Amino acid sequence: MKLRKKCAIVVGASSGIGAAVARRLARAGWHLALVARRQEALNQVAADIARLPGAHPALVYPHDVTNYDEVPALFDRIADDLGGLELVLYASGVMPDVGPEEFDFAKDRAMVEVNLLGMIAWLNQAADLFARLEGGTIAGIGSVAGDRGRRDRPGYNTSKGAQAIFLESLRNRLAPRNVRVVTIKPGPVATPMTEGLGQMPFMISANEAARQIVRALESSRSTVYVPHRWAVIMLVIRHIPSFLFRRLGI
Amino acid sequence: MSVSAPARLDARTLLGPRHWARVEGWGMAVSALGHLVRPRDIDELRALFAFARETGTPVTLRGGGRSYGDAAIGQGCLILDLTAMNRILSWDPETGIVDAEPGVTIEQLWKRIVPDGWWPAVVSGTMFTTMGGCAAMNIHGKNNYRVGPFGDQVLEFDLLLPNGELLTCDRERHADLFHAAIGGFGMLGCFTRIRLRTKKVHSGNLAIEAFPTTSIPHMIEEFEDRVPDADYLVGWIDCIAGGRSSGRGIVHRADYLREGVDPVPRESLVLRAQELPSKVFGLPKSLLWWPLGLFINDTGMRAVNAAKFHAGRLLPVGAVYPQAHAAFAFLLDYVPNWKWAYKPGGLIQYQSFIPRANAARTFETLLRMSRKAGLPAYLGVFKKHRPDPFLLTHAVDGYSLALDYRVTAGNREALWRLCHRMDEVVLAAGGRFYFAKDLTLRSRTAARFLPRENLDTFVALKHRCDPGNVLQTDLSRRLFASHFADTGQQDP
Repeated sequence: MKLRKKCAIVVGASSGIGAAVARRLARAGWHLALVARRQEALNQVAADIARLPGAHPALVYPHDVTNYDEVPALFDRIADDLGGLELVLYASGVMPDVGPEEFDFAKDRAMVEVNLLGMIAWLNQAADLFARLEGGTIAGIGSVAGDRGRRDRPGYNTSKGAQAIFLESLRNRLAPRNVRVVTIKPGPVATPMTEGLGQMPFMISANEAARQIVRALESSRSTVYVPHRWAVIMLVIRHIPSFLFRRLGI
Repeated sequence: MSVSAPARLDARTLLGPRHWARVEGWGMAVSALGHLVRPRDIDELRALFAFARETGTPVTLRGGGRSYGDAAIGQGCLILDLTAMNRILSWDPETGIVDAEPGVTIEQLWKRIVPDGWWPAVVSGTMFTTMGGCAAMNIHGKNNYRVGPFGDQVLEFDLLLPNGELLTCDRERHADLFHAAIGGFGMLGCFTRIRLRTKKVHSGNLAIEAFPTTSIPHMIEEFEDRVPDADYLVGWIDCIAGGRSSGRGIVHRADYLREGVDPVPRESLVLRAQELPSKVFGLPKSLLWWPLGLFINDTGMRAVNAAKFHAGRLLPVGAVYPQAHAAFAFLLDYVPNWKWAYKPGGLIQYQSFIPRANAARTFETLLRMSRKAGLPAYLGVFKKHRPDPFLLTHAVDGYSLALDYRVTAGNREALWRLCHRMDEVVLAAGGRFYFAKDLTLRSRTAARFLPRENLDTFVALKHRCDPGNVLQTDLSRRLFASHFADTGQQDP
């Protein structure tokens, strides 16, 4: 019995950071399973990968991450199809526009369901397998938005903050089993999610974000800001007292 | 798949990701990737055996996973973790006889019987071994010279053969199988029930006495003086000190308290009185493995051993103090996960059993060889043994020395070479080895230390009980691959 090396699942691989990371992993020789809701977009990413010199063909699995009950069987099927598993990256995320006067449960719920609950459903499966295999890397794409309860999009901030806590718990739980858990916290990245939001501070391209994320996955770091300057900025922002923070309008 | 496994065990997924698992030898120096399943009863076990036969998947039996090497791991095997079959089926506080499933641990057993004034007659240095594992390895305790191994306490057992047949064995029914499955390292079948006798005790405490010894011959002398009446004897040896200090150590003797000596046995026969302390030097014990790691190197262990020896010399001669059974018996559990201090490479234990006449000379040679190779053992434990009637027994009329070695990426090859050279010394002295500890023996060595006739009888039983060689471990493949090869016969 031998498990194939360098096999990864990327959940949320149809666009944005997930797609960019998938392309970069494929270029580095990984065997990939791409999971996302939109089959056509997934096929497109798989086709891009097929054109990369030396890359292994990617497998494609259409799935809505809010269909939580599907996850265990699908996870097993993918791991079986790949013939091994060393990395699971959760990159699915939604960030609907939320106006300053808007308190919309449906939107908040969608963010919690996709960003947080979908991640928990997938990464629990990964945790269970990697704990048994005594090895593997679990990564979640969080956000700098999870570091503070900003006035914009309470539901998004909540989902990202809770993601970070969940990943930290998994990390502490799995460390004795030789499993790495990486929390990625990008600042603004030019993706379909941020389209139409105008110019944002220190915005980078999805490709650049993917380059830094893959490098972080290969390092031994556990929490990674992308780009790194956000680590310094958020260190300051996290320490601004609440009474002051609410007056700053950020 | 035509197998109808019980509903919980879906035969279609048994070889899939849901059951992929890496299992490790306890010493962390070896691991294997297999298909891990935890059967809960004989029906599930039987279905799994049927599945294994139909799919040609070898089966590895695993209990507490406390064997140091590769005795409970099997690359690519269906690994049957028996810890879910852990019911104490019956306990009679009048006779001290217990019926237990194979996954019952020594911890479960002593906690059940101590309040009634009984103690397991033979225990390992850890309480996390299981009945099935103890029987399959025929473990021994610090009282081996007095009461024999675990197998001598077994009255009967049920053994499930890979073909699904369940046999009840004792010293009369299937006596050959009784004496071969005990110590048969899981090669003949799976124990599903073990009937065991335990020892009546009249206090929860033992009377302990410690005294330093200056050399291995001196330690043997001290043992021999006490053998006629001591209930337990164990020696610790500083394996790093050389020259005139070579072989120095400390002997601990422990005796049961006779009836009436403990005025209120009820007070010490409660679980609270037996539980190991949760803190050492004010630190939670669960954290201790980490600072311990700072000492797991030649310099650190030299200092620790010297300190331990000199502290032992400060004890007043002849001082006897009480200690709870659990505290004396389960030294290995004193610091939880202490083995993590040996990460990342882990550790191996090299334990050899040498007839009395050759013991001192042989062990002195082993210590010298280790030091000379620059691979000193960090811990040496010395015990006395007696022969027993089990086919593959490791015990001899003599002594054993168990040596712990740190394994690193850099020393692994040299350490294995050292072990192979030591094997020759042990064989020349008429010595034996113990599968629960071993990771380094080679097949030709294994075939030489076991009496030819015993090995032939065992192989014949293996062919009879498991003609398809379904039951395998990485140890059985390493040592007996050619002996156990599939005979091509169909299961009866």
